[in-house]
Amino acid sequence: MSFAENPSEFPVTIDAEKCIADKGCTVCVDVCPLDVLRINPETGKAHMRYDECWYCLPCALDCPTKAVTVAIPYLLR
Amino acid sequence: MANLDDDASFFEADILVIGGGTAGPLAAFKAKAANPALRVVLLEKANVKRSGAIAVGMDGLNNAVVPGFATPEQYVREITIANDGIVYQQAILAYARRSFDMIRELDDWGVKFQKDENGDYDVKKVHHLGTYVLPMPEGGTIKKALYRQLRKAQVLISNRFMATRLLTSWDGRAAGAIAVNSRTAELLVIRAKAVILAAGAAGRLGLPASGYLWGTYENPTNSGDGYAMALHAGAELTNLECFQINPLIKDYNGPACAYVGGPFGAYTANSDGARFIECDYWSGQMMLEFYKELEGGKGPVFLKLDHLAPETVTEVENILHRVERPSRGLFHQGRGADYRKDMVEMHISEIGFCSGHSASGVWVDEHAQTTVPGLYAAGDMASVPHNYMLGAFVNGAIAGEHAAQFVEEVPLADYDQGQVEAERARVTAPLRNETGLPPNQVEYKIRRFVNDYLQPPKVTRKYEIARKRFAEIRADLPRLAARDPHELMRALEVHSILDCAEMAAAASLYRTESRWGLYHYRLDYPETDDRDWFCHVQLTSDGKGGFVLRKRPVDPYVVPVKTTERDAYHRLRIPTPA
Repeated sequence: MSFAENPSEFPVTIDAEKCIADKGCTVCVDVCPLDVLRINPETGKAHMRYDECWYCLPCALDCPTKAVTVAIPYLLR
Repeated sequence: MANLDDDASFFEADILVIGGGTAGPLAAFKAKAANPALRVVLLEKANVKRSGAIAVGMDGLNNAVVPGFATPEQYVREITIANDGIVYQQAILAYARRSFDMIRELDDWGVKFQKDENGDYDVKKVHHLGTYVLPMPEGGTIKKALYRQLRKAQVLISNRFMATRLLTSWDGRAAGAIAVNSRTAELLVIRAKAVILAAGAAGRLGLPASGYLWGTYENPTNSGDGYAMALHAGAELTNLECFQINPLIKDYNGPACAYVGGPFGAYTANSDGARFIECDYWSGQMMLEFYKELEGGKGPVFLKLDHLAPETVTEVENILHRVERPSRGLFHQGRGADYRKDMVEMHISEIGFCSGHSASGVWVDEHAQTTVPGLYAAGDMASVPHNYMLGAFVNGAIAGEHAAQFVEEVPLADYDQGQVEAERARVTAPLRNETGLPPNQVEYKIRRFVNDYLQPPKVTRKYEIARKRFAEIRADLPRLAARDPHELMRALEVHSILDCAEMAAAASLYRTESRWGLYHYRLDYPETDDRDWFCHVQLTSDGKGGFVLRKRPVDPYVVPVKTTERDAYHRLRIPTPA
């Protein structure tokens, strides 16, 4: 597939120290309306996969360990 | 990745509800409550726990018809006037009569509303004429309350399934839907006796000024799929030229929100800090005055709170920064803006379809029935005007209850297998394309043209050019390419967005007058023409990719409106002293 790479800053960041996705937690992935978060199979931690963020905050509000931080996307900030 | 040639998974239900945001959960719940034996399936593109326009709750009811403050008839009159008379009053009245009972039921479910020291609902005046706004400072948990009810009622919930097309029988009845999983690309065929569409607004129609595709006023999952599905199933859509355009915090692109701040003394001001409109309730007429101020020498426009006592501002912040769009606080913090000393810069949103705030949508009657037998619509995509969250709940309930009766009288409808095959080909095409156009680029281009050509004031020649550009992009759609099921969902949303853009253009061109303030302000036809255009504009598919448009007379009012009242919303501007 020949798509060009188009870099952008991810609005959602996850503190790998606090994230317990490797223990089976998928809360942030489940509650994101845009479905942009995934668990990285290599690290077992959640991360943002697609830059499609409504900065709506369920991922941060519902995370049981407060590992998720949402920044307003740079273009709007 | 799923095998694209697999037989689709197949499921049978009595009632299929598409959309698990606001109206959908109520429809599913009320259908089950009416008859617990029914198989009711709730299909949601995201996850019902946090989906739709109220994913993070709501800061108030904007259309609460509470005894002692307002009657259903007063409410119908206000909404009729706010919409320049082009309303189907029976549907508004059906809502208004159930508004209070719905509030009490939500209250029983644990949803918290503001009450005074006597425990009565603390309703505030925001509208031009009546009193209908009930604050919800603790409205953040509303989805949790809904979810509990759905589980209790044993509604079958399917998350991460995006419905893409409805199935119809040979005689035009709703027969079910086809959906695709956004994680696996698995196809699902659901056969049902009745289908309730509650897929939300068309929020990704215009492009926000930031240029960020996802920085929309509406939850961007609401990409207009419901309008597209209704269109292709043969349903009638109405007044699509009555766009949604809202006054929002500039760049953040969310509500400021004057409904919350207004009762505390906040107001919309020009750059002098002066009021220029008497009423901050969102209407086309209000948006026209807002636009004139913004474009005139007195712009920009602001929300003014800096004259309020600091503790009052804290109280407003405790609502605005916790509920509905809680990242508002984060945004202001990033810019060092403080409501206590800075006015909040406001701007005009991108256009969209949404009956929550305007008057467009899939045509429904007072039972939430569309023109397709067995097909219902509720919430932001159905045509009951200024419906907001509470209207979505009530009309969802109306749809669910009516559908529960309907399915007892009919068998499952048969559909031609060719519909499934055609849809399978359309849905899987982007995954089959080895190279091609990425969905985000095609979407950006459509939505940029929407801004360039469709954003009011409307100009005939610009609209004609837009239709050419949209036709060119339509020819590009077979080249959409998706690398995974997630991108496939985006590619299919692009189809919906283009359908909505074309409908917006066609309906706007058809109505050769101006109406609803800025929502349908045509520079070539600047006057309102009640003689020729006091009617709804109905749009249907011609089955060949085009549209059929016709006028539908406004039904005789069930709540009379005095001629002296009719223009009340045209007198919003505060007169400047001579």
